[in-house]
Amino acid sequence: MRRHWVLVTGLLVLLYLFLPIFVVAALSFNEPSSRLSYDFHRFTLDNWANPCGPGDMCDAVGRSIEIALLATLIATVLGTLMAFALARHRFRGRDATNLLIFMPMATPEVVMGSSLLALFVAGGVSLGFWTVVVAHVMFCVSFVVVTVKARLAGLDPRLEEAAMDLYAGEWQTFYRITLPLVAPGIVAAALLSFSLSFDDFIITNFNSGTTVTFPMYVWGAAQRGIPPQVNVIGTAMFLIAVLIVVAGEIINRRRAA
Amino acid sequence: MSGDLRLTNVTKSFGPFTAVDDLTLTVPQGAFFALLGASGCGKTTTLRMVAGLEEPSAGQVTLGGTDITRLRPYQRPVNTVFQSYALFPHLSITENVAFGLRRKGVKNVAPQVEQMLSLVQLDDFGGRRPHQLSGGQQQRVALARALINHPQVLLLDEPLGALDLKLRRQMQIELKRIQTEVGITFVHVTHDQEEAMTMADTVAVMNDGRIEQLGAPAEIYEFPATPFVANFLGQSNLLAGTGGLARSGDDLSITAHGSRFTVPAARSRATGDKIYLGVRPEKLHLVTSEADVPSGFQHLTGTVTDSSYVGVSTQYLVRTAWDTELSVFAPNSGLGGSLPPGAEVTVAWNPAHAFLLDRLDGAGDATHALVEERA
Ligand SMILES: Nc1ncnc2c1ncn2[C@@H]1O[C@H](COP(=O)(O)OP(=O)(O)O)[C@@H](O)[C@H]1O
Ligand SMILES: [Mg+2]
Repeated sequence: MRRHWVLVTGLLVLLYLFLPIFVVAALSFNEPSSRLSYDFHRFTLDNWANPCGPGDMCDAVGRSIEIALLATLIATVLGTLMAFALARHRFRGRDATNLLIFMPMATPEVVMGSSLLALFVAGGVSLGFWTVVVAHVMFCVSFVVVTVKARLAGLDPRLEEAAMDLYAGEWQTFYRITLPLVAPGIVAAALLSFSLSFDDFIITNFNSGTTVTFPMYVWGAAQRGIPPQVNVIGTAMFLIAVLIVVAGEIINRRRAA
Repeated sequence: MSGDLRLTNVTKSFGPFTAVDDLTLTVPQGAFFALLGASGCGKTTTLRMVAGLEEPSAGQVTLGGTDITRLRPYQRPVNTVFQSYALFPHLSITENVAFGLRRKGVKNVAPQVEQMLSLVQLDDFGGRRPHQLSGGQQQRVALARALINHPQVLLLDEPLGALDLKLRRQMQIELKRIQTEVGITFVHVTHDQEEAMTMADTVAVMNDGRIEQLGAPAEIYEFPATPFVANFLGQSNLLAGTGGLARSGDDLSITAHGSRFTVPAARSRATGDKIYLGVRPEKLHLVTSEADVPSGFQHLTGTVTDSSYVGVSTQYLVRTAWDTELSVFAPNSGLGGSLPPGAEVTVAWNPAHAFLLDRLDGAGDATHALVEERA
């Protein structure tokens, strides 16, 4: 009986979580009756056949992907290096750094976005693509540091000692033992960074100047009626995410086997 | 000699705490050397300094006359079998075992890996991952991974600690066989006195960062150097002597609890006049009357207070007139009958089996293991 309830509750929670995604997926096959109507009018494959239909939307998607890739790359490299420094070395200001690294996660985005804007304006930096990248790197780094540090903390130091005992120098030990064992943490951090950057709206909105990212495009379009292709992009992103998770799981199983 | 491992006045401090205290010892080339001591006495720290994983605060480590104190771990011809095995979880058993050879730039590792896996009887396990093996199998992989490099010294840090008793005994025999086969110096750390005694040629008993005694197992057992050793390696009955020693010919005599006992002068390590008279429980014989005491034996009388049957022997507690309980192990050889609690007995021993030790001022009789919990 109790098992029964656990199952029912679990299914209800899943339904709650996935209902919006089902709606988005369904609407991606909708041919709306008017620009501002969101009810399911008629089934069509047109949106999927022609996802770049609405002007500028695909430009915005491409720009968001570009920004997310750049921000992810920079944040992952910087964050991983920071995580190693924080986990492995004692230096002055280590405790302070450990604390400060949480600030971007704890600060409300509105505050971060506006203060960053103030900084850029005061510094005479013109807003655009690169200010968005800088802003995204800033908040992604925190997540990378926290994720990679957790993975490093779970790494048995004996393994590295054993490698050195078996004639591996510092560098060999790093890339044959440490890096492969920490890699899942780094990959997770990179995926997290990508998705945080891709869908950030608030901070981006403050610092983008005339550059339009996908979330900003959707926001703008919502005033005039969201084109159904937005749902196509949303569903595609969701499917890609699922694919990555499944692939990750398969790789994990392989490694374990 | 040529390949001896030598530690000279080695000290290791962690902040104000001294883990290894002015340690000096020599491990002869090819020896099976056991470092025995209770948990926390500094055994692992000592090994780590030999491996290069910890730098001594003072002192010197030499191998075959070469100073290796400041060499990095990968620069030393020394390999370690870690307490927790530390197998690389992301590599196959084959790659774990081949790791050292590959780092040394050996091209064709397959034949050696195969040979090593068969030495530790894991021929068909090369393709597996460490977590797919049992504890005993992982232990053997750790051993193979170290041995394949033919180090001059192999360091083993309680490698059998995680195994159950039966497997442990089996692996002890296995390890000893492999050591004889490959002829490499083994430094084996353990807190199990039986393991140290059965496996090693030389045992060093460690306590609080120092070596209390070093020697062949039988030598240490038969003639311990300190009260700690007397009760860490097996048990001893230690009776506190009063007054100093008197010498007559080759014998020394000592007064304890009003009786005089003699001990051959060669069996004395006493340097002052605070002395313990020690006899191992199995060296004590129970007889029913003073008339039965063999000639030349020492004796005292007491009452049996407890007996426990442990198969090969019966362990008795005998309370003396001054209320000290002596342990006596009587073999169940079928010759003597068993003694009920309350029986008046005479305890006799050959003076050549007794020994004299220095005693701390104020220390009384010590008749059971000082270290009850060895784990
Ligand atoms: N890195 C360290 N920092 C501080 N104390 C340590 C460190 N390593 C060991 N110790 C201390 O040194 C003592 C000896 O430790 P260890 O050599 O591991 O003992 P054993 O192997 O004999 O059990 C212990 O009291 C332990 O707490
Ligand atoms: Mg230890």
